[in-house]
Amino acid sequence: MVRVDGRGGGNSLVRVRGLDKKYQRGSEEIHVLQGLNLDVDAGDFVAFMGPSGSGKTTLLNLLGGLDLPSAGSITVAGDEITHMSAGKLTAWRARHVGFIFQMYNLIPVLTAFQNVELPLLLTKLSKAERSQHVETALQVVGLADRMHHFPRQLSGGQEQRVGIARAIVADPTFLLCDEPTGDLDRKSADEIMDLLGRLVREHGKTVLLVTHDPVAAERASVVLHLNKGVLEEARKVEAS
Amino acid sequence: MKYRHLLFSNLSRKKIRTTLTVGSFAVALFLFGLLAVVRGAFNQGLEVAGADRLVIVNKVSLIQPLPIAYNDRLLRIPGVKQVTHANWFGGVYQDERNFFPQFAIDTETYREMFPEFAMPEEQWKAFVADREGAVVGEDLVKRFHWKIGDRVPLKGTIFPGTWEFNIRAIYHGTRQADDTTQFWFHYKLLEERQNQYWKGLVGWYTVRIDDPDHAVRIAKAIDESFANSPWETKTDTEKAFAASFVKQAGNIQLLLLSIGGVVFFTLLLVTGNTMAIAVRDRVRELAILKAVGYSDNFVLGLVLGEALLLAMVGGGLGILLAKLFTLGGDPTRGLLPFFYLPTSAVVAGIVLALAVGAVGGILPAVSAMRLRVVDALRRV
Repeated sequence: MVRVDGRGGGNSLVRVRGLDKKYQRGSEEIHVLQGLNLDVDAGDFVAFMGPSGSGKTTLLNLLGGLDLPSAGSITVAGDEITHMSAGKLTAWRARHVGFIFQMYNLIPVLTAFQNVELPLLLTKLSKAERSQHVETALQVVGLADRMHHFPRQLSGGQEQRVGIARAIVADPTFLLCDEPTGDLDRKSADEIMDLLGRLVREHGKTVLLVTHDPVAAERASVVLHLNKGVLEEARKVEAS
Repeated sequence: MKYRHLLFSNLSRKKIRTTLTVGSFAVALFLFGLLAVVRGAFNQGLEVAGADRLVIVNKVSLIQPLPIAYNDRLLRIPGVKQVTHANWFGGVYQDERNFFPQFAIDTETYREMFPEFAMPEEQWKAFVADREGAVVGEDLVKRFHWKIGDRVPLKGTIFPGTWEFNIRAIYHGTRQADDTTQFWFHYKLLEERQNQYWKGLVGWYTVRIDDPDHAVRIAKAIDESFANSPWETKTDTEKAFAASFVKQAGNIQLLLLSIGGVVFFTLLLVTGNTMAIAVRDRVRELAILKAVGYSDNFVLGLVLGEALLLAMVGGGLGILLAKLFTLGGDPTRGLLPFFYLPTSAVVAGIVLALAVGAVGGILPAVSAMRLRVVDALRRV
């Protein structure tokens, strides 16, 4: 259940209250997010849409603990992250957040296997256990046969699938996707959205997606519109 | 070390840049190694100088002689236990470039004064018994492929004429730094054949004293004994004498330090620049590492680790090359007989390279540590 009126129950996986974010640009103060409320339950697939500069990526950064709000609170799985120290927030991200970026952001000198393994190096898993997890994640995204390829040897769609494998390999609490299909052709974009849909349906993942693409947004269970820092409406997508 | 592929793979990213930086370290450390060798060669006399030996030369100049009559007067000075003397011969063997030191020695006292030069007793006796005999260092024997019994001609420069000697003994040093490139022959032969001016004169004296702690007092007593004579003396400890000898070639230490300083400062700039570019080139990647949960300190360590790895590989390579170069022996045909890279210089070189790597890498590493993920991901 996704709500933007601040009346969600206490069991929400993600609970945002009165979220404000302001930037100072010279003498001008830019109010990016204004008193935003949001409740997302585990297993939801939420798409955020809105024009450029509406604050979509800023919201995603705040939810992922990459940035701090000017006011308000964010609670994820019972942890309020808005008052965590930088060190704690880093450790929290490693445990709870899987990021998927528009530009894939793979490390070009590492193979697909090594890129996916990156989040696991921070855990206490043995080498054999890490290998098992990485292979499983690459199987889920359908790239088990490309694990020793470098990013330059993969297509854009395959690179993004490696990025998704990296995001899910440590079994995070939720996935934050910033325009994951923005750099892909239609066919590859559909494949990526299919994959995200499967992660929600078959693996019970919670996905929060920022996109400009209405076709991609249609795959989400809920589409939220952000305009001038305010979540204006919540629309449930009919199951096809 | 589960992160090692992160460290190594980043260095393989720009192979030319990595090669050039490693090459800079290698060249700098190779040069450092050679400077250390040259410094060691000049200071070799300081390292092996006997603490209980004093050297007495003419006060006017090292090349001015002293009377042989001083020998007995020196023995009478309180604290002096033994006396020996020698002359610089300055002969040429086949070619002027074949330089090696030749001394006309007092066969009765010289060996006892310098026990660090060892040889078989029967060879020494054979040398003493042959007025044209010579004792040569083992490095000299290797250099000219001599052997016992060979007859060696030297063309005199200070003492004119052609002088021929029979090799009767080969000495070796009992310590690594001992000079084994010397050529000794009988002072009596020199006395017989030299012209009237040099009759009864020696180049310098070496005395052994009863206690190194009395060196200053005894040296003063010696110089006072010969004050106001036509042949005034200047007495120093063997170490001070060796140091003054080195100074004649100029301030080698300052020269070497200046060259080394400039080279390492340049290397510091090269390393800093390389690491700054390396960080700037992959701002997004470092931001991704932070986004997936790597700490600021980890990123600091990663960048610093890369700088240290570059320094270690390049520095190690340079020192290795310097070591290999010195294995070929003195390339100056005798001007630097002690041509050797000591272990202490190897260690100092590696430590210096790592220090340059650390200092050069610290600013880029700190800037990587302070990188804000949100800002970095916005950059295209």
